[in-house]
Amino acid sequence: MKGFKIVLLAKQVPDTRNVGKDTMKADGTVNRAALPAIFNPEDLNGLELALRIKDKYPGTTINVLTMGPARAAEIIREAMYRGADGGYLVTDRKFAGSDTLATSYALSLAVKKLSPFHIVIAGRQAIDGDTAQVGPQVAEKLGLPQITYAEEIISTDKKEVTVKRRLERGVETVAAPLPVVITAHSSAPGCRSRHAKYTIKYKNAKSLSELQESSEDYLQLHKERPYLLIEEWSVDDIGADVGQLGLSGSPTKVKKIENVVFTSKESIVLSGEDSEVDNLMKDLIANHTIG
Amino acid sequence: MANYYIDNKDLKFHLDHPMMKKIVQLKERNFAEKDKFDYAFTDFEDAMDSYDKVLEIVGDICGNIIGPNAESVDQEGPCLADNEVRYARGTRENHEALTRAGLIGMSLPRQYGGLNFPMVPYVMAAEIVSRADAGFANIWGLQDCAETLHEFGSEEIKNDFLPRFNKGATAAMDLTEPDAGSDLQAVQLKAVYDDEKGKWLLNGVKRFITNGDADISLVLARTEEGTNDGRGLSLFVYDRKDKAMTIRRIENKLGIKGSPTCELVFRNAPARLVGNRKFGLIKYVMSLMNSARLGVAAQSAGISEAAYREALKYAEERTQFGRPVIQFPAVYEMLRNMEVKIRAQRSLLYETARFVDIYKNYNFLSEDRKLEPDERNEQKKYQRLSDVFTPLLKLVASEYSNQIAYDALQVHGGAGFMKDFPVERLYRDARITSIYEGTSQLQVVAAIRGVTSGAYLNIIRETYEKETYKPELEYIKPSLVEMTGEYEYCVKHVSDTEDSEYMDFHARRLVEMAGNIIMGYLLLRDAGRDESFLKTAGIFSGMAKAQNRERAEYISNFELKDLINFKYNPEI
Repeated sequence: MKGFKIVLLAKQVPDTRNVGKDTMKADGTVNRAALPAIFNPEDLNGLELALRIKDKYPGTTINVLTMGPARAAEIIREAMYRGADGGYLVTDRKFAGSDTLATSYALSLAVKKLSPFHIVIAGRQAIDGDTAQVGPQVAEKLGLPQITYAEEIISTDKKEVTVKRRLERGVETVAAPLPVVITAHSSAPGCRSRHAKYTIKYKNAKSLSELQESSEDYLQLHKERPYLLIEEWSVDDIGADVGQLGLSGSPTKVKKIENVVFTSKESIVLSGEDSEVDNLMKDLIANHTIG
Repeated sequence: MANYYIDNKDLKFHLDHPMMKKIVQLKERNFAEKDKFDYAFTDFEDAMDSYDKVLEIVGDICGNIIGPNAESVDQEGPCLADNEVRYARGTRENHEALTRAGLIGMSLPRQYGGLNFPMVPYVMAAEIVSRADAGFANIWGLQDCAETLHEFGSEEIKNDFLPRFNKGATAAMDLTEPDAGSDLQAVQLKAVYDDEKGKWLLNGVKRFITNGDADISLVLARTEEGTNDGRGLSLFVYDRKDKAMTIRRIENKLGIKGSPTCELVFRNAPARLVGNRKFGLIKYVMSLMNSARLGVAAQSAGISEAAYREALKYAEERTQFGRPVIQFPAVYEMLRNMEVKIRAQRSLLYETARFVDIYKNYNFLSEDRKLEPDERNEQKKYQRLSDVFTPLLKLVASEYSNQIAYDALQVHGGAGFMKDFPVERLYRDARITSIYEGTSQLQVVAAIRGVTSGAYLNIIRETYEKETYKPELEYIKPSLVEMTGEYEYCVKHVSDTEDSEYMDFHARRLVEMAGNIIMGYLLLRDAGRDESFLKTAGIFSGMAKAQNRERAEYISNFELKDLINFKYNPEI
């Protein structure tokens, strides 16, 4: 077998696992500058699932598809250091403000551009929005079967893939015909670290915007090694309808953001009498701390 | 995410040494492979950046996998089942992670799947791995054997064995036997050429073999019947796939418990001759031992770093008498001295690695073309320096790591004596460093040549003393010059007796005096590139001066006749 063509949907996200006091701005929006931008954790699980297919079927290619600002090229490089073959950055100001519907619309068009492919793998959800909607919506728009919550790809051939899913109360093994969209659960194996050779090979991989902004001259190198170019796709490149993108294409509206601040200033000292404990319990139930 | 490379700025500092330009040039030969391999470097900057990035991967795996596994590996250890060594769970995970990242066979040429790394970044990786788990560092570090096969093996052997390393093959060096420990000339394991089978067959026992059940083993064996010394020994490579060796047992050790130390029995085990007959010990094993000693020095530095960090953390957190204990002079002195010793041993470590890099690359170059006279001179110069620096380094680094681990445990007080903190493991792991690959006492036997030949004095006077140092450190230099005079006097005092036993008796003192002066200059030089070494150089030279004074005092008051009082005489 020659291997599979895999497309990995990945996202660069602010590292919300390390939230500090400067994480939120006064207006209730996320202060992205205070949080390092990382490879979305479950997308890394997805990458590992893809790499394991490649380990087994050496002709397999993995291309990363990500939508975001120019700096999101970093996660494509990161995937290449670990064994992905290349990637595409879908980037355009017109995408700004897209919700999951608009995002999945854009991504599905980009995936189509990479046809033919066998498997699309994505993380279950991104840690900044936690919607878990983009993977399934892309599958719908492409008219493909989907397997969510994947923990292990048990087997795959040119026709069918068998996957173990991690559900709330157990596991489920399902099969689906190819092509298919799979979303990876965090219980799937963690992603391997960077490979020394790939890291040396791809460390100068850059997108066009990065090449333009860089003070160093990579032109000659990129001419000699065309595989170092990370392609950028605009709205026009993927043939999208602008009306279905950005704020206009996003039915989701944020109504209000509430900034919850936990303080430890309030403290009550109890003597331990039954009536005091009784009152405290009633208070805690009333203000929904417990119950 | 912990990263043991990024969190230690001294490593990058040593990687960026000015001499790297020459080393990279020699190693990459005008970047001839850049169009042949897509991961070959294009120029000097690319090479340095690549070393940095690969070490970052090492630091990541060590900080997030190997380090966190160390405790369970220490507790679980390897076991023997069906004549096979089974590593602890963590060991298997560690090995797989490093293999998957392409970090086995780092120093091998690219044609064999390696990264063509010079010694400096390779030794640095060894230091980082050792900080995470010193026992595991043995299993990983035995890829040194690949280097020996590369240097001395036939094309056929190289093609058959070397590509396996990058795919995760493990290695062992089977030298020691029950009656041949420090004295390897006494090796008895027999190799006989079987004309019928057309191969060499090994018969005999090996003992204390680290990672004895490796995929690829280098075995020292006696090929010349009737001989009793080193000249009758040859080196062989044994392939585990031949299943002709029994593992009698795994030793139960004080430390480095994750590293399986085996007793092996070879019974008609087929093996292939490496290089020429009779050169086994005198050439190949000597070379192998030298790189293994560099490896133990890196391991010592790694253990020292780990122990120091544990002690520092504890001393900052532990409060007694209303203050963190680090605020008490008795404690902060210990911690500062630990840091200074780590920096001193590390400077000596990378200086030695650079020397080895230069002469080894000239050796490889000379296989392809005749060296120019000045190249030949450099090759000889750095070979000689490597020969005297390696045992000195192994001695100093391993002794320091023991001292540092001892003090690190002491800083913990009673808590350090409990199994609750990692420091007790580090203390146990450090203990082997001054024993294996030649005890400290044997390093002195090798290093004393640097004293008697004048090699140490020469590099001190001709190189280190002639360099210009920061004006604010000029006050330290006269101290080192004075110490050099004192050292010279002591060497003369001892040699003048023309008594070899008297020389042996004081040898360690003399070697350590030379080491102190050399490390003093190296730190002074480091301070020129990084101001944080100013304080280090000052503290070290003060400590070294006092230590050398003590040794000088002892030597100059010690007469030949005093020796008799020390001798063991069962009749008295």
